[in-house]
Amino acid sequence: MKDTKKKFPVRIALFAVFSGFIAVSLITGYQPGRDLGSNFLSFLLEMVQVLPAVFILIGLFDVWVKRETIEKHLGQGGGARSFFWVFILAAPMAGGLLPALPIAHELHKKGARFTVVMAFLGAVGIGRVPMVLFESTFLGIRFSLIRLLASIPLVIVTAVFMGRYLDKTGYRIPGEEP
Amino acid sequence: MTILYIMTALALLVSLLFNRKKTGKAILSGAKKLRKITPPFLSVLMGVSVVLYLVPQEMISRTLGGSFSFASLITASLIGSITFMPGPIVYPLCRILVNRGVAYSIIAAFSTTLMMVGAITFPMEKSLFGWKFALMRNLVSYFIGLAIAAVFFLAQGVLI
Repeated sequence: MKDTKKKFPVRIALFAVFSGFIAVSLITGYQPGRDLGSNFLSFLLEMVQVLPAVFILIGLFDVWVKRETIEKHLGQGGGARSFFWVFILAAPMAGGLLPALPIAHELHKKGARFTVVMAFLGAVGIGRVPMVLFESTFLGIRFSLIRLLASIPLVIVTAVFMGRYLDKTGYRIPGEEP
Repeated sequence: MTILYIMTALALLVSLLFNRKKTGKAILSGAKKLRKITPPFLSVLMGVSVVLYLVPQEMISRTLGGSFSFASLITASLIGSITFMPGPIVYPLCRILVNRGVAYSIIAAFSTTLMMVGAITFPMEKSLFGWKFALMRNLVSYFIGLAIAAVFFLAQGVLI
């Protein structure tokens, strides 16, 4: 997270320009600016609804779950059963990839292996219950079933290969001491 | 969303019953992490709103319409990769696409890449996990999207 700090003034400037543009559009009635603003607000609203809960859970996880527990079930010795836990963890997630990223980061910090982190992010993409409910409502239960049956093995197999590769090359995520 | 809040409430309650001090620490730790992630989050949301403005639903359904072709598959997966939409928007849009005659395999590529590949979330993923991890995960996820499309292509007779 080091480079976040460095970029901070740029981000503030960007944000100021962005909100300034929307404010001016609102006053002058410039339609593209208004559309942009309403897009931004609807996304912000969705995230604001999800994030407090997600981060309370992350905090509780941080305080209560011992590193050894994660290492045992999701670490190097976790074996195939780790994947079961990964899909259980991902199933109730709301909001998609965005709020899942900090959760995956937290898992890794507590000792989950790369394969598990990759599988978790994949599982969030393909197997969240709220998403599958929406999907089967609009596209039919058969569509959801075929998609799940095809994607679950793909996610697991690719996660194993990516995890192995990252382990073998001794990959370290930024800001993490060796 | 409701499930998430029920779960959070239950977890908080259980935590409070066991140890109030630790629960306070948990909330503080969560708040700290949330504050740290807010600036990159806001940039992602700005990017999302700009991209969704530039690629409106009308344009997506116009580009992908008609029967299956390799070009529309690639277009669908690329649009899915660069855009980011909340679930409640994605699936109704997919329904509209199906009604307009877009092949199921293309819908599958579109929705899968939409959910798994994040060009817009890339900067945040990179700052959390490093560029190599982020690049690899997104590239592999893109090909998972194509592979799922292939499965749907083969299962065509079964589906409809």
